[in-house]
Amino acid sequence: MKLSDLNELAWQNLREAFLRNSLTTLGIAVGVASLVAMLSLGIGLQDMINRRLERGGLFDSVLIRPRTNMVRPGREARDRLMGRESEPVVAPSRLDDQARRKLAQLPNVIEVYPEFRFTGDARLGQEGRLTDVASLPVSASSNDAFEGMLGRFFSSPEAREIILQMEMAESLAEIQGLQAANLIGKRIVLRYAGREQLPAESLGGGPGGENASPDEAALGFSIVSSEIPLQVVGIISAEVVFSTPGTIGRSGAFVPLAVAESLRVVQGNDMREVVGNSIMSAGQQYANLTVRVERASAVPAVQEAAQQMGFSTFSLLDFTRSMRRVFAILDLLLGIFGSLALAVASLGIVNTLVMAILERRREIGVLKALGASDRDVRQLFFAEASVMGLAGGATGVLMGWGIGRIIQFVTAAYLQRQGIPAENIWMVPWWLVAGAMAFSLAVSLVAGMYPASRAARLDPVEALRYQ
Amino acid sequence: MQSNGLAIRTDQLVRHYKMGEALIRAVDGVSLEIGAGEFVALLGSSGSGKSTLLNLLAGLDHPSAGTVEVLGKSLGAMNPLELSRHRNQTIGMVFQSFNLLPRMTVFENVELPLRLAETPRSERPPRVQEAIERVGLAARLKHRPGELSGGEQQRVAIARALVNRPRVLLADEPTGNLDSHTGEEILRLIAGINRPADGTAPTTVVMVTHERPLAEQFANRIITLADGRVAHEERL
Repeated sequence: MKLSDLNELAWQNLREAFLRNSLTTLGIAVGVASLVAMLSLGIGLQDMINRRLERGGLFDSVLIRPRTNMVRPGREARDRLMGRESEPVVAPSRLDDQARRKLAQLPNVIEVYPEFRFTGDARLGQEGRLTDVASLPVSASSNDAFEGMLGRFFSSPEAREIILQMEMAESLAEIQGLQAANLIGKRIVLRYAGREQLPAESLGGGPGGENASPDEAALGFSIVSSEIPLQVVGIISAEVVFSTPGTIGRSGAFVPLAVAESLRVVQGNDMREVVGNSIMSAGQQYANLTVRVERASAVPAVQEAAQQMGFSTFSLLDFTRSMRRVFAILDLLLGIFGSLALAVASLGIVNTLVMAILERRREIGVLKALGASDRDVRQLFFAEASVMGLAGGATGVLMGWGIGRIIQFVTAAYLQRQGIPAENIWMVPWWLVAGAMAFSLAVSLVAGMYPASRAARLDPVEALRYQ
Repeated sequence: MQSNGLAIRTDQLVRHYKMGEALIRAVDGVSLEIGAGEFVALLGSSGSGKSTLLNLLAGLDHPSAGTVEVLGKSLGAMNPLELSRHRNQTIGMVFQSFNLLPRMTVFENVELPLRLAETPRSERPPRVQEAIERVGLAARLKHRPGELSGGEQQRVAIARALVNRPRVLLADEPTGNLDSHTGEEILRLIAGINRPADGTAPTTVVMVTHERPLAEQFANRIITLADGRVAHEERL
């Protein structure tokens, strides 16, 4: 029999016992709905976390550090845990301006910038507050941390401006008995430890060598207290995590990258160079560089290229590999729980179709007498199971979508009452809709196997005798 | 194709059933030849094996021994799919209790063998119309069986049996559920199918009945069965 005829007959047959078949279909719909609702929550949560990380500009960034021969106990185990592969054995290279230029020339690289992080003393009048200060590239303005900030982002890459974190702003404003918001537009002074390169002749042997102390001569530079006036232009809310991957930290104040670069602040790697006493004479190195690439998929290639250049790399993709594994397991578990309801519903299909065989025994005999083959009868029952499966699947997807919407609505309302911005924790991608429908159809067909085979095997003579 | 003008030929046809310990000899060595275009009535008391023989000729039942040939083809040599085609294309069956599907309209009931034959959709309405006109029910196409009288239902069943233009019509007590007047009308219809007035090819009819007067009136041969064997045979 042709598929269109099978479907027509299946619909006709199902309409005959409308209530029973509707209830069976509803059972499948509930099963599919629980599956869709569970998975849409799992997917939604995963998407929410991915989205947040992506908006933080962390997925499309690679952190480049100079490779050192530092012994880091447990590093191998940590790498394994993070799903990171071991870096290739390449001689370490200097992370300096030349390396920065080379990295910027790699395919798909948008920008390469260093991160400066130092302790500064933000002074308002005669008093000050110590805090961590971090540099920010102009591209960070798209970071969701600046959504709803007080004031604005830096007016230009070289602007002598500063953005404060709320707690820091409150502490600083307290000095003059102000509200944090009143700091916007005020000038503050930022004190920091500056690095002053000593002239070559002062490093021993030269005519001016006697000007440098023995300690300074050993360092190659002197550390001086420096300061810069900055205008407060913005205040961001609490708990903001900026930074390059791997050095996630919280800072109380942020200055434009070009400004931070011009300050010649003493960095942690300066000390490492001094202790290592290896490349000191060759000039300043960066503590790290952040490479922003066009898209997350280009990150692995950039990482590999940087490793081949002799640097150590890290990206959040490494971290999310293990996170995705966790979500995959979570989705699987949610899927299994959701499928249980569908499995129970499939028993309803078996029951309905077995009942149909008993009720339509004579009809099956008539069909066979008129020329229906065993295959025709089997296909007819499969078609009925499929119709129930597809109808149940479609209804279930709609119900699951509705349940998800309700959970989303209730969660959003709850979060808002708690003073937390609402998040979208629910998502029904097209593949979930298609997958749920296909799964529902497959379960229905499996459930229809026994009744279909039993109907096909009916002896027509016996069936025609049945009253 | 038929062999030597024969539509049906059976040779020592046997169908035994086991019911518990007892062996039921429903058909017990029946050999007969039915020519193309004949109208044969199978008579006999209840349990004489008439319906079993008819089921064997239709290929609905399988013989315990012996052979059945329809239009020169041995049913024993056919696989299940070929047997289905045989029932669909070569044979038309009419039952005592009509066996129409109650949820389908007259049109849909008659169309059913065409669906099974995978006849193109566009060809079906004229074929159904032709069959239904032959039984005189053209005005009732959209009615359901429950809205028809017994005689009308049997006419629909005959139209359904004819829609694939079979060469052999097997009727199992077609008048059994009808009053005598309607029964006679139905047999007149079957006789018309057996020998069409318009000169088109005759259809071989084998009819099971226990109404001898009607058989004598319409059939041209009566075969009487008793205890699964041919007890008597007479040409009219």
